[in-house]
Amino acid sequence: MSIASQNNSASPVLIGDYAAGPAEYLTLLKPRVMSLVVWTALAGLLVAPTPVHPVIALASLLAIAAGAGAAGALNMWWDADIDALMARTRLRPIPAGLIEPRQALFFGLTLSLIAVLTLALAANLLAAALLAFTIFFYAVIYTMWLKRSTPQNIVIGGAAGALPPVVGYAAATGSVTLDSLILFAIIFMWTPPHFWALALVKSGDYARAGVPMMPNAKGADRTRSEILIYTLILVPIGILPWRMGVGGALYAAVAVVAGLGMGLMALRVYRIREGSRANKAAMQLFAFSILYLFLLFSALVVEHGFGLIERFGL
Amino acid sequence: MDDRKPVDGVVLTPRQLRNRRLRNIAIGVSVGLLAALFYAITIVKLGPGVLRPEP
Repeated sequence: MSIASQNNSASPVLIGDYAAGPAEYLTLLKPRVMSLVVWTALAGLLVAPTPVHPVIALASLLAIAAGAGAAGALNMWWDADIDALMARTRLRPIPAGLIEPRQALFFGLTLSLIAVLTLALAANLLAAALLAFTIFFYAVIYTMWLKRSTPQNIVIGGAAGALPPVVGYAAATGSVTLDSLILFAIIFMWTPPHFWALALVKSGDYARAGVPMMPNAKGADRTRSEILIYTLILVPIGILPWRMGVGGALYAAVAVVAGLGMGLMALRVYRIREGSRANKAAMQLFAFSILYLFLLFSALVVEHGFGLIERFGL
Repeated sequence: MDDRKPVDGVVLTPRQLRNRRLRNIAIGVSVGLLAALFYAITIVKLGPGVLRPEP
């Protein structure tokens, strides 16, 4: 019987025969997170001043995607017990009884090894070491240690999600520079308002699972204040790549307009504190924050991928 | 007379059999793509000089 069905008799998932197909293994890789990782890593690759052969770029991105997926699988393996308790995650393959925890562990470890070795072969040792560190940081530091022990879990753990553009940049240049670190800073500062907006709405879920997210550990008011503070720091950092010459005019326009949107939505979350409107404001910020990050990095991809900066000096 | 009972082992359900087959296909395709990727990386790393005949 599945873990989900043991904890909730009304659960529609009663398969529990460990009969996972490729689709369930794909779910284990957290494909949505993976897509954002690939996009930010691509931006890191493209902003690098060193041109990269398309085959090497493709291989590097595949390795980074596999590394991100492996980290996701290891996260789901470790968190299967609390995933079974939360409505948002109880249908994941392990709590649903579709994949045996040990299989998920071996799958994650094997994929990690393949990803790191492939990046070492395709790009360089620094990029591979950074990818290995990213997987380690997400699976061990964040998942096994921080997540269940401190409300600052996603603040510190956000470093893992922020590293892909640094890995992409390192794959192209073999170095880490201020240009790639500023992209790291954007994602690092973006993570708290993004996750806490969701946690405001799902705080009951996290409390039930015993995860000390900011809203259930320090209260909704403190979370709203911190969301606003992090957003006010994030928006100017988001414009920095333009000041540093990493992004052009298109990037500047996107960063200013989308940054304004982020600021306004964070302000709404701060001001509307009661009832369904408060939840709606938080979910709107959560959804917009994904769009914000996507737009910023898309502007970099477009400018550098299509050579707008080099061709037109934009 | 042999009094040992035949061992049935684990009998998989049709769903398990189908998904095992799909998993095997996915692993095969993945290994094939990985081999192709490694081949392409090797060719790119060798560079165009490898095709030029030695003087």
